[in-house]
Amino acid sequence: MAMATAPSDTRAPARWQDFLQLLKPRVMSLVVFTGLTGLVAADRPMNPILAAVAILCIAVGAGASGALNMWYDADIDAQMRRTRGRPVPAGRVQGPDAAGLGVVLSLFSVMLMGMAVNWLAAGLLAFTIVFYAVVYTMWLKRWTAQNIVIGGLAGALPPVIGWAAATGTAPLNAWLLCAIIFMWTPPHFWALALYTTEDYARVGVPMMPVVRGAASTRRQILAYTAVLVPLGVAPAFTGLGGAAYLAVSVLGGVMFLLLAVRLWRSKAGESPDPRTTDGLYDVRAGAKDARNLFAFSILYVTLLFATLLVEHLAGLPALHLH
Amino acid sequence: MSDPARESETETKARRGRNIALALGLFLFVVLIFVVTIVRLRGNVAPHF
Repeated sequence: MAMATAPSDTRAPARWQDFLQLLKPRVMSLVVFTGLTGLVAADRPMNPILAAVAILCIAVGAGASGALNMWYDADIDAQMRRTRGRPVPAGRVQGPDAAGLGVVLSLFSVMLMGMAVNWLAAGLLAFTIVFYAVVYTMWLKRWTAQNIVIGGLAGALPPVIGWAAATGTAPLNAWLLCAIIFMWTPPHFWALALYTTEDYARVGVPMMPVVRGAASTRRQILAYTAVLVPLGVAPAFTGLGGAAYLAVSVLGGVMFLLLAVRLWRSKAGESPDPRTTDGLYDVRAGAKDARNLFAFSILYVTLLFATLLVEHLAGLPALHLH
Repeated sequence: MSDPARESETETKARRGRNIALALGLFLFVVLIFVVTIVRLRGNVAPHF
């Protein structure tokens, strides 16, 4: 970890928007969405103000993890195209300020969740923050190619936190939602990594395509997808999903699998053969297949959770196929 | 940290924005704690009376 900041005389002053950006609002919105789905899917009446506080705590906790991540990773963020404009590497926010914001928001979100909602939800939130900021960011990310597989647990826990906030328990159905996001994370991130390999290689982050190569990564994406698709359908058999969920999960799963097979058979992540490239814009063989899977993976998980959310909000019956 | 007496107009504007955001954040936090306290009291204490 290094403090990658521009010289102070050329540095733009920090605006409040820069501090907001430290909280990774886009990641935060996905976390809020899955956390809300867990809270609603629990089907337990909850005071709406306390429910809103629970979601706020999940959002702030996720933002705190993001700020700690941006503080610690400023050195590698500064060298990657996708991340070099972030507030710390761009020199708009000092590293210690970002770290301070992360620590303070972590403490506030966990304490508020504990006092306002319950301590199981607070404990799970604290675990998620520590897992993302310490276990993933400071340890796994720069150490092993399995970084996003294991680290994906942090992104998968919000539905369990939401469920725990509503009920004070974390039953199997809550962990099933967690398992879906956990198994979805590797195909999602590796598809992205297949066409951003150079950036990761340059900064020494051992992403799967960098360490094991593109062919192995494509095989593993297919393997994880083969496990993810039936797992995505499973809530229809556990009293969690209804008819709409069954239809969406089956159709979405088949499409996901088709795209994963197409990616597996492609040359995504490999250097183009100069004899077969069409021209200037054909910069990476098969990148389109990786981009397609990456884009569809976002749609897939959004559709699954949105369907569950709507079914439970509308009071539609679960299928009880088990 | 820059000296407020020597800072440029851009820096002053950015500092004012940060201060307002911080003040709003603290105010909303106080309101939130107040509301949560009332909700929890209604749920846990009111039934005993």
